[in-house]
Amino acid sequence: MMSATVPAVAVDRLVKVYKDVPAVAGISFALAPGSMTALLGGNGAGKTTTIAMIMGLLEPTAGSVSVLGADMPRQRYRVLHRMNFESPYVEMPRRLTVRQNLEVFARLYGVADVAGRIGALAQDLDLGDLLDRQTGKLSSGQRTRAALAKALLNRPELLLLDEPTASLDPDTADWVRARLERYRRERGATVLLASHNMVEVERLCERVIIMKKGEIVDDDTPGALLARFGRASLEQVFLDVARGEAGAEVAR
Amino acid sequence: MSVKAAREPEPAAISPARIGAMVLRYWYLIRSSWPRLLELVYWPAVQMLTWGFLQLYISQNAGFFARAGGTFIGAVLLWDILFRGQLGFSISFLEEMWSRNLANLMMSPLKPIEFVIALMIMSVVRLAIGVVPVTLLALAFFGFNLFGLGFALAAFFINLLLTSWAVGIFVSGLVLRNGLGAENLAWTIMFIFLPLTCVYYPVAVLPGWLQAVAWLLPPTYVFEGMRALLIDHVFRLDLMLQSLALNAVLFTAGAAGFLMLLKSARRSGSLMQSGE
Repeated sequence: MMSATVPAVAVDRLVKVYKDVPAVAGISFALAPGSMTALLGGNGAGKTTTIAMIMGLLEPTAGSVSVLGADMPRQRYRVLHRMNFESPYVEMPRRLTVRQNLEVFARLYGVADVAGRIGALAQDLDLGDLLDRQTGKLSSGQRTRAALAKALLNRPELLLLDEPTASLDPDTADWVRARLERYRRERGATVLLASHNMVEVERLCERVIIMKKGEIVDDDTPGALLARFGRASLEQVFLDVARGEAGAEVAR
Repeated sequence: MSVKAAREPEPAAISPARIGAMVLRYWYLIRSSWPRLLELVYWPAVQMLTWGFLQLYISQNAGFFARAGGTFIGAVLLWDILFRGQLGFSISFLEEMWSRNLANLMMSPLKPIEFVIALMIMSVVRLAIGVVPVTLLALAFFGFNLFGLGFALAAFFINLLLTSWAVGIFVSGLVLRNGLGAENLAWTIMFIFLPLTCVYYPVAVLPGWLQAVAWLLPPTYVFEGMRALLIDHVFRLDLMLQSLALNAVLFTAGAAGFLMLLKSARRSGSLMQSGE
């Protein structure tokens, strides 16, 4: 069933409390299909917790998350094969070769032509020489490319990225961003990106959601945020928000 | 761009392809590491040789043990099925924690039941790699042919494996919920079965109140059955059926515990972490 009214992700009054500590405090947003959105915020802002609830890894304390029309985490098996995820903080088994890891995940995601898909991704992500090397013996840049290949195996309609270029040199990071841009364009995928890298966000995203202490404190296009805060870069906007000067800047 | 809404019903089927993918993952891992392969054979071999020679020695000096040929070796081999079955299950699960791969799996379409079935299959694979060579060693050194037990061996094996899986599933749930801080349980929990299930001696040796506890544990029936077979040459089907019934209860409890702990992990955020 095709419907233009179903958002790729709909988060409604979402709350997560760990014991007595609130991590996410009643946030709401929706992601339009085919959009690329950044989730910005300092450490402990609630970005990773929000992404984990969208993925169905974490049960909300209150509120709801809908992904591709399915209620998460209750109906997650309806949509998990249509989404994927990449984070430098989650690894693939290090003793397996890149090819073995990709084969295992391709089978888990029900990819039809496993060898063909791995071959195509290897060519696209320049992994050909790395396929038969152990994943744990790759450099961090190479490992990021392998992880990206895993995240794209099932041609996801929704791609969740948690700091995808953390610990990469500028050249490799730029290369990864170019691949992400191309994938989003060609597939028409929805991408949600948690990042601390403002250059990355300015380049890739048409929308920025800024979180602080579990709440959304701003939500706009990069251009509108720069204009409203009177700043030249998103990094300065981020610092204003992080240091609590947002109100002052907007009023100025 | 529009989104195709997920209106289809929740897929209920268990996917053999996804189970196969997980078995393949563990098979690649074992194949890539000779220390892992060696470890599967080493300790069962040491145990069997130690107890085998002890039995040989005392059988030359005591009439009862001369008649009870093979009970120690049989007990060691059956204990190993129980212990290694659980360890094979739990270690495969722990590999996901050690490699920080759990979140990848938990947000893939892999269902908990498929994960558990893959772990059961790997427990049998690891058991076969460890126990078959040791069984052949027992035949070569002591003339004890475990496979000569025939149908009885199948009954012993199924019951011991069911117990090992029940314990393995529950321990995996504990590690899932509490992180690698609970890892030691995977290595040690089965040892409480060693004195209580009367691996090396009859249940009658225990004090009365402890006998009642022993009869609540399915492996007790298997070890008693083994002694009946080797000493009295009688196959006790009644003991095997009682063991099977208790295993059904234990397995259901283990699976329910796992699902409860998984739900709790999904609430607490443990699935996102892989440390302590």
